[in-house]
Amino acid sequence: MAGFPYFCTSNFLPVATKFSKETYLYWYELMQLIRQFELMAEEKYKMEGKIRGFFHAYIGQEAIAAGCMTATKPEDLYITAYRDHGLAIAKGVSVNSCMAELFGKATGNAKGKGGSMHFFGKDVNFYGGHGIVGAQIGTGAGLAFAEKYRGSENVVLCFFGDGAARQGILHETFNLAMLWKLPVVFICENNNYAMGTSIERTSNVIDIYKLADAYEMPGDAADGMHPETVHEAVARAVKRARQGDGPTLLELKTYRYKGHSISDPQKYRSKEEVDEYKDKDPIAQVLNMIREHRYATEEEIAAINKRVDDIVNESVKFAEESPWPDDSEVLKDVYVDKNYPFIVD
Amino acid sequence: MARQIAFREALREAMSEEMRRDERVFLMGEEVAEYNGAYKVSQGMLAEFGPKRVIDTPISELGFTAVGVGAAQNGLRPIVEFMTWNFAVLALDQILNTASKMLAMSGGQVSCPIVFRGGNGSAGQLGAQHSTAFEALYANIPGIKVVSPSNGYDAKGLLKQAIRYEEDPVMFMESEVMYGDKIEVPEEEYYIELGKADVKKQGRDVTIVSFNKMMKVAMGAAAELEKEGISAEVVDLRTIRPLDWMTILESVKKTNRLVIVEEQWPFASVSSEITYRIQKEGFDYLDAPIRRITAADAPLHYAPNLVAAALPDVPRTVKLVKEVMYLKK
Ligand SMILES: Cc1ncc(C[n+]2csc(CCOP(=O)(O)OP(=O)(O)O)c2C)c(N)n1
Ligand SMILES: [Mg+2]
Repeated sequence: MAGFPYFCTSNFLPVATKFSKETYLYWYELMQLIRQFELMAEEKYKMEGKIRGFFHAYIGQEAIAAGCMTATKPEDLYITAYRDHGLAIAKGVSVNSCMAELFGKATGNAKGKGGSMHFFGKDVNFYGGHGIVGAQIGTGAGLAFAEKYRGSENVVLCFFGDGAARQGILHETFNLAMLWKLPVVFICENNNYAMGTSIERTSNVIDIYKLADAYEMPGDAADGMHPETVHEAVARAVKRARQGDGPTLLELKTYRYKGHSISDPQKYRSKEEVDEYKDKDPIAQVLNMIREHRYATEEEIAAINKRVDDIVNESVKFAEESPWPDDSEVLKDVYVDKNYPFIVD
Repeated sequence: MARQIAFREALREAMSEEMRRDERVFLMGEEVAEYNGAYKVSQGMLAEFGPKRVIDTPISELGFTAVGVGAAQNGLRPIVEFMTWNFAVLALDQILNTASKMLAMSGGQVSCPIVFRGGNGSAGQLGAQHSTAFEALYANIPGIKVVSPSNGYDAKGLLKQAIRYEEDPVMFMESEVMYGDKIEVPEEEYYIELGKADVKKQGRDVTIVSFNKMMKVAMGAAAELEKEGISAEVVDLRTIRPLDWMTILESVKKTNRLVIVEEQWPFASVSSEITYRIQKEGFDYLDAPIRRITAADAPLHYAPNLVAAALPDVPRTVKLVKEVMYLKK
């Protein structure tokens, strides 16, 4: 928690947080899986050209996915922006289908139709990767509306960036979500940059969690580089939402190690700044905890790493061996109506 | 003296020359200043004009578009860059409900001299939300003009014209994949009037009409056809609204056949409008039905083969030309 203000603008119910050995090992393995998946994918993009289009790495932000997962249930819904690989994998979208999606293959989680920015897994309650900055803030509230309407206890985790916090839709949605007490947790993954624009260049309000105050919505900031602090903050917000007390805005302070996308030369920040955050690497920190508390032997850690590598390598093989979508797919999945009369000249 | 410059430099020169001339002109958009442009169109402009006139905005398309529209109504001449036109959809309210209508609603009092510009259409495997070609959608709106150039030379002249002489809102649609294309331009300043199509290649047998990057497909097809002794005339629209249908009609009077190549979705597209106009004004000159190739009637998918299958290409254009000429294979 060092260096991060832990600030709470309203009263939260305390949630017991004692993390077990299993939790730490789960966090470690999940974060490793996300990181190794992306490192491999980046290589396939840069070295072999097997992946194209925009590619936004989650590397550095994995603790958010990890902490959110242990603070929610599988039935809870996640929706995010185009930086979506980490949350998709965390939710349980199969790694094979993620790599295949990047390759544009028919076996991808969106049949090769979405690519990096548009991973989906409705069966595991992952409602996607969205490309228009800020759009999913409103859509996420809509997912929550349906849960409340049906009387379920499920909660929606709705992720967006610090840049997205400057879109008008945030304000309309916050107002609606509070007015209707929707079971949604708005999670701003504040990695300090929107493309090349650092957060202080986008607003007078640098503490994004304070935007909640205008709607009397609980707002809270937490260190996003540790699964522990993420878990605690998310668990409190999720508990409120499940109880019918409505939405929360959480600002999780994090950092992306890579450029905005693969093509970003990153002239807007120094190498020192990036290194400073790499010193707080969430995976290294969790590994330290595991070692300190002897939650696993070195052999067991090596076994986890091997398991991760095997999954990632297998996903590449799977993607490479998978077929392209058939050309006829161009006019499929456009309408549910199978008899829709497309214009074909 | 002529020199070679890239499309993005042509745009930059157009903006910079007009900003040097007229204090009221300024540039605003996401990453236009300190980052020197998401696609480096505005490189160096912050250094030359300073932060008062080259302005980075937050990701707030509706908001900064509204500010641009208001500033234009109050005596300034803004250039608003959209990182791409896909994101201008958030600002459509300001363009359609305010910018395009205020002159009419105010009985001619409040005009809106503003230029909106940015990349438009597909740019490789960017998926459905980053690949829409918007010319036809905007061209449907009375009160605005729509420009869609195919090369840097035209882009420079048209953009200078839009900034300096147009008193109405202009939508200026570029293409990310053309920003690097080089072309020869003169040393001295020049302007190109909006609403004038350009006959890019003379021909006798068939007219091919296109615009923006699909001009490459049209020209590529014409070159292929030439090898087989078929002489295609190629018309580059350059401006979509107002539509220079007279130039198309003059060409059709000569060739009696018309093929349109565009990246729009087919329903109510630019080709639909051209087809209506030419059948009405030139029915007697046509020896075959007017045909077109558009983008597929679907969002653009990510996979490379689906992108290729969805967009117009040279082989399909060649084949279509042969069909309107009633040639076998
Ligand atoms: C409406 C809209 N405007 C602009 C863009 C281009 N764009 C894509 S990502 C991005 C930066 C977003 O930054 P942030 O919300 O902080 O998310 P991060 O990339 O840091 O995860 C921009 C400007 C877009 N996709 N959609
Ligand atoms: Mg950010």
